[in-house]
Amino acid sequence: MKIKADRDVCIGAGNCVLAAENVFDQDDDAIVVVLEESPEGKDADAARNAVGSCPSGALSLEE
Amino acid sequence: MASPSTETPALPLHMRRERFDPPAEMREIREQPGLARVTTPIGRPAWLVTRYEDAREVLGDAARFSSAGLPVIPVPGTTPEEQRSGNLLMLDPPEHTRLRRLLTGEFTVKRIRRLQPRIAEIVDSHLDAMEQAGPPADLVPDFALPVPSLVICELLGVPYSDRAEFHRRAAKQLDLTRPLEERGMVAAQSRAYMAELVDRAFAAPGDDMLGMLVREHGDTLTRTELIGVASLLLIAGHETTANMLAIGTLALLRHPEQAALVRDDPNAAAPAVEELMRFLSVVHTGVPRTATAATRVGDQDIEAGDVLVVSLPAADRDRALVEDPDQLDVGRAASHHVAFGHGVHHCLGAPLARMEMATAFPALLRRFPTLAPAIPFSDVDFRSASVVYGLRSLPVTW
Repeated sequence: MKIKADRDVCIGAGNCVLAAENVFDQDDDAIVVVLEESPEGKDADAARNAVGSCPSGALSLEE
Repeated sequence: MASPSTETPALPLHMRRERFDPPAEMREIREQPGLARVTTPIGRPAWLVTRYEDAREVLGDAARFSSAGLPVIPVPGTTPEEQRSGNLLMLDPPEHTRLRRLLTGEFTVKRIRRLQPRIAEIVDSHLDAMEQAGPPADLVPDFALPVPSLVICELLGVPYSDRAEFHRRAAKQLDLTRPLEERGMVAAQSRAYMAELVDRAFAAPGDDMLGMLVREHGDTLTRTELIGVASLLLIAGHETTANMLAIGTLALLRHPEQAALVRDDPNAAAPAVEELMRFLSVVHTGVPRTATAATRVGDQDIEAGDVLVVSLPAADRDRALVEDPDQLDVGRAASHHVAFGHGVHHCLGAPLARMEMATAFPALLRRFPTLAPAIPFSDVDFRSASVVYGLRSLPVTW
């Protein structure tokens, strides 16, 4: 799995951090920062959930 | 007492509820092909979007579905341009993006977590006061409304001592049964009040959000924009969470085994908040969208200039989102509901609202383990004809 985040599209809602704290963070302006590009196991499930919960469409993943 | 739907028969379908539920008619519409027609409270015909996937498509595409097109309520002494200025809900990208990015840093998950101890303190002090006064209490004025009000006042830099006035104005501004002239007058008063606070912040910026915006962005933000932004944050910061706390508590009390879970299991609060948000979806619709070009939604042809309203409660009760959508189940895995909206206008304050609710619901239920409504369910005063659904009052005892 590889996660892609488009920081220009991100609106800083923070849903991804709440869904997958080990995988995503926010910078000081709330814009997404990917901590783990290729999460595994539980973190991979959480990352899939995070991508589904992203309101802006900034997140995508390649399985 | 009559149910809200018979009390106010003139309300458009997308603003009607049957207690916790969207009207039964909404389900039939969701299951039929195409989109239904409704009339907005200002008398404009619109398409009604009820399916989850359609809702995400419309709300998720600001280029095809604009939030900027609709006329505003006339406000004395203010041009429509001034009224739109700073009102994020009525702006499209790129203007929306520029303004929103000035604010998002205040609502990061990290920043909100740092606020949690203060939120818990505010919750506890209101529970102390309820306990000292003894039962019965009215949960709306004693808990649900003051807690988020004090939180947003401190965050934004609004004197909490002014709450009686801004509560009254906010309730009137959101009440769609009031004449447009009256809502316009009240909006003018709200703007004048916020203009004073903004001018004070320009003169002597404090440590709050108004002060931060002046200090860090005072060169790019106009006074009018700041008035618009701050007015929106004040209303959105207390009306939404207040109504969720009141009607959410009632929903939990109607499902005692689920209330017990929220009370006893510290890990239950966060998913319970998501499920209560989905189940209740207190914001009826976002700002109506205007199609920027001829397009299709589902199998419905839409013409350029057509208006669409997205029913958030209808979308959140779609089987495409969860199994048994009409059941409240706080134990289910958190769903990707649209109660906070979707797309670029997704609630800016969502991390704050979630934290307030995840703190307040368990604290209330732990303080008063025998909490119960003090009136029959059939007498509960639901508030339908408002931009935000909820309760006017909730007498409780313990």
